[in-house]
Amino acid sequence: MGVQKETSMIKQKQMLAEHFMELATAKESGKKVVYTFVPGNLSELIYTFDMLPVYPEINSLQSGMRKKSGDYIRDAEDMGYSEDVCSYVKCDIGMMLQGNIGPTGQKLPDPDLLLLSYTGCFVFMKWFENLKQFYPNSEIAMLHIPYQEAGIIEPYAVQYIKDQLEREVIPKMEKLSGKTFNEAKLKRKLELSAQAEDLLIDVFDSARHRPSPIDAYFGGVYYIGPIFTAFRGSQDCVDYYQELKKEVDYRVRHKLGPVTPDGVLTQEKARLVVEGPPNWTHFRNFWKIFYDLGAVFVGSTYTRVGGVYDEGFRHSPDDPLGSLATYCLGCYTNRNLPQRIDLLESFITKYHADGLLVNSIKSCNSFSAGQLVMMRELEQKLGIPVGFIETDLVDPRYYSYSNIKNRLDSFFQMLEQRQSVRISDEILSDDVLA
Amino acid sequence: MNPLLFNNFNAGIDFATGLFNDLTLGYATQWKSHHPERRTIGYMPIYIPREIFHSHHMLPVGLFGAGDRIPVVRGDAFFQSYICHIPRTVIECALNGSYNHFDGYIFPAICDVIRNLSGIFRINFKDKYIKYLDFPQNFSPDIGGNFYRTELENLSGDLGKLNGTDSKVESLNAAITLYNINRRLLRELDGFRSENPHLVSAAEYYLIRRAGSTLSVEDDNRFLQSMTDLARSIKKEPEDKIRVVVSGAFCEQPPLGLIKTIENAGCYIVDDDFQLGQKWLTRDIPDDTDDPMGALVDAYLNDSIHSSAVFEGTRPKGELLAKQVKDRQADGVIFCAPSFCDPALLDRPLLENAIDKHHIRHSGFQYHENLGQFHVIKEQAGTFADMIKLWE
Repeated sequence: MGVQKETSMIKQKQMLAEHFMELATAKESGKKVVYTFVPGNLSELIYTFDMLPVYPEINSLQSGMRKKSGDYIRDAEDMGYSEDVCSYVKCDIGMMLQGNIGPTGQKLPDPDLLLLSYTGCFVFMKWFENLKQFYPNSEIAMLHIPYQEAGIIEPYAVQYIKDQLEREVIPKMEKLSGKTFNEAKLKRKLELSAQAEDLLIDVFDSARHRPSPIDAYFGGVYYIGPIFTAFRGSQDCVDYYQELKKEVDYRVRHKLGPVTPDGVLTQEKARLVVEGPPNWTHFRNFWKIFYDLGAVFVGSTYTRVGGVYDEGFRHSPDDPLGSLATYCLGCYTNRNLPQRIDLLESFITKYHADGLLVNSIKSCNSFSAGQLVMMRELEQKLGIPVGFIETDLVDPRYYSYSNIKNRLDSFFQMLEQRQSVRISDEILSDDVLA
Repeated sequence: MNPLLFNNFNAGIDFATGLFNDLTLGYATQWKSHHPERRTIGYMPIYIPREIFHSHHMLPVGLFGAGDRIPVVRGDAFFQSYICHIPRTVIECALNGSYNHFDGYIFPAICDVIRNLSGIFRINFKDKYIKYLDFPQNFSPDIGGNFYRTELENLSGDLGKLNGTDSKVESLNAAITLYNINRRLLRELDGFRSENPHLVSAAEYYLIRRAGSTLSVEDDNRFLQSMTDLARSIKKEPEDKIRVVVSGAFCEQPPLGLIKTIENAGCYIVDDDFQLGQKWLTRDIPDDTDDPMGALVDAYLNDSIHSSAVFEGTRPKGELLAKQVKDRQADGVIFCAPSFCDPALLDRPLLENAIDKHHIRHSGFQYHENLGQFHVIKEQAGTFADMIKLWE
């Protein structure tokens, strides 16, 4: 059974179809193509030059959902890529070796520019160094985003990013596109970004209601689609989130749970916050384990990997490049571990969660290294049950249903036993809406 | 403490072995005890500008984990099975008290694991100074250079707060002088050893260099000079072995047994990236300027060795590796990387492709620092050596 389609989903699908059609005809239309990454993406800037973005991580996750990643990964491993390294990278390289056919069945164009927005993930750098050898004619632009090691955004880090944008990234884009940088155009896009970000946060915050009208993890990955990828800064993106918010508001008014592939979740038995990306190769199967048990995710960190808007940051036309720099610095995996713990704690309290689940991804050290410490810290501080499972992004060899199910059964038993000692109300925020 | 002028080479190796095996880093404790202003700071691979620490009367001590020399009891509780091994033994040593004498830790920006290890230390060792040192991936002096300068100035300011010292121009220049001598001595020994790998084994050479990650630069300079002089007097006949460059072992270190195994299998290691930080800068840094911090910045931007942790930009690493093979008159490359090491393992196909174009032979395997069985690697390295000797 397919996921029940709501209007917003249909709109997103149309937006994606149009985007991939534009990509398929980019060479004919003369539009330049920029490969870049989701965290720290500069979609507004790319569109300011009328170029088109391609996100290799998205290609990989879609290959995972379409059950093609296993073959792609094996092809890359045959070329010498180790079993130990990021499966997104291997899947992307394998896909390229097999013709770079995108999710709509059309060939993706070669990049004119590899925009290496090195944000919160060291592997991004290695990824594009490797892609560069496959696309020797493409330009490469490095945008180094310093890590928030002290847990604050330092002015000199913002300046460093602005300097890179002004003196290296933008000149490369101007040269490639043949267009002069138009700051006014960028500002208009940033205004639209901020509107979409407001709406997205409204959607995420709807999880304060009981029952939660959204699943902030499995549903959340659809909700972040437009804003994390090709559409931030567009009117289409704002329209999408207005439609989504309408649907969510309707569910709030009617006390409806989230929509799952098998319909609306009718009985919310457990509210969870999750740390880590989902598994894509068995996405439905993975999701089903939870909704069959009446578990709903009310908060997730993965849906902040392409930008954290929960603490008030919005893209702003007032200081366009500074705003882009601050956005990049604030992405989830660019935050230090204490900051990540704080964000999880805020989700747990704000969304009145019963437990925390960590989905530890074999491929992703950026997320995974340190998760065991984060778990212990939150368990000790909040006294909530914590569950731990291991999967991978797009390598199907690392998805073991029985292992996951066994661990989750234990976790849910623990949740049931602890229902009487749920987080005491005094440490919860006041605005939980019953 | 008056090491370091030995009458014979083996005594020097015994001394270096003692340092290597002392997981509590007793030398550093002793060094610190000699003056109340002194501080010791542990740092992870690959490179840090040690001159700045010296100018604050501090001893920077390289942390390379504990290899196969301790059982990991608590360290495994911090990391999933698919994360490399070095952070486990580092955290194990920190938790078991071996590192109690350290006043702080530096985590250079080389990968996601070391980056997040800085957060683990920040949470678990709140009484210590913790610094994740970001290095620019932009090499323009007025962009990446400005950023890096601020990073270093902040670092220097933080260190000053630990013991109430200022890093003055004179003291930083003096430190640069000492480290220039250190790098020169290392380059001299490196060159000698590469030309005469039969005189000093790779494991011995490794131990000599490893001493430099613990000793003060003054002591290490004496030690290196002494060992170089002694090495020149060794008489041995070369064996029928091929010459290889080892690549990929810049962070988590291979067990000594593995290094010995490669040579015993018929491969003289004539260049490598073990403990790469010690030879990170390929030229002397000017030591007579009124802006020594600027000199350190320029050196990083312009004179860094190629590394998997640095964006290659206009310096293709594969070509640099090929040049390294040619310069060392090596017969091939052994890619020897730790399991789960993203930087090394993601570089490997790229480097292989590049050296294939130069018809340079290569072989490769993965290890972890506490590997105890080497027979498979011995067979592989032996086959590689035989292939080159018989067919090239």
